Amino acid sequence: MTTAKLKVAAHGDREIVMSRVFNAPRHLVWDAFTRPELVKRWLLGPDGWSMPVCEIDLRVGGSYRYVWRHTDGTEMGMGGVYREIEIPERVVATEKFDEAWYPGEAVGTLLLVEQAGRTTVTQTMVYDSPQTRDAVLKSPMETGVAASYDRLEALVRSPAA
Amino acid sequence: MKPRGYAHLSSGQLDATFTALADPTRRAILARLASGEASVNELAAPFDMSQPAISKHLRVLERAGLISRGRDAQRRPRRLEPRPLAGASQWLEGYRQFWESRFLHLDALLDEMKPTGTKRGFRKRQH
Repeated sequence: MTTAKLKVAAHGDREIVMSRVFNAPRHLVWDAFTRPELVKRWLLGPDGWSMPVCEIDLRVGGSYRYVWRHTDGTEMGMGGVYREIEIPERVVATEKFDEAWYPGEAVGTLLLVEQAGRTTVTQTMVYDSPQTRDAVLKSPMETGVAASYDRLEALVRSPAA
Repeated sequence: MKPRGYAHLSSGQLDATFTALADPTRRAILARLASGEASVNELAAPFDMSQPAISKHLRVLERAGLISRGRDAQRRPRRLEPRPLAGASQWLEGYRQFWESRFLHLDALLDEMKPTGTKRGFRKRQH
């Protein structure tokens, strides 16, 4: 890939900051993050998950709702309310999972900066407490590791391996 | 990924690690200790802070298991304990990999969204 890899850092004791460069102009990246039919195409997560619900009411005070479903029937939903919108560069929204394993809402900021046809995406999540932030860091890791193991298993089983 | 590396780390340990790392003075102390052990006086020297204030930071770092005390009874030099730091960075690495797998889908989608000519050009430019 010619794009830079994703960088993730824990800032202070309540924040997670992710940034990554995408090899596309900002208006395309903006669409991919804000148009439901496009969001559904990439925000899937690990293998076996689909995203049957993706509703976005992109206006200040409007809400969004995402639901993921696994082939085994497990569902996971989340949503929030838009607080600030500056097309096509910045969105601030609250974020809360249905079965929140942490108290309170997180506030996420999406920032898109274009340079020479490429777009740097920076996502900052601010959680209610250090404990919440660390709990969030822990949970996707377990899913992510499980998914990589699944893929690894598929790879070693394939005849080419 | 090395799952075994962080499997033994409790959530409490990570809380303590991240809380300890949240302060710039403590991060500077850790950076100093990365180049070798140092006494409390030596650690206090670069900061405009009283020794009790520095000692307070050292206690937070010690409780998080990020530093320990050396054997020299006179100097009680502090030294870096790398294990909790490695645990914290491995957790971040797990988070990173989770999102990177999604962003690979996004790369493919963005490529598809570009006008056809641009898409071909993008492929050709890859060496």
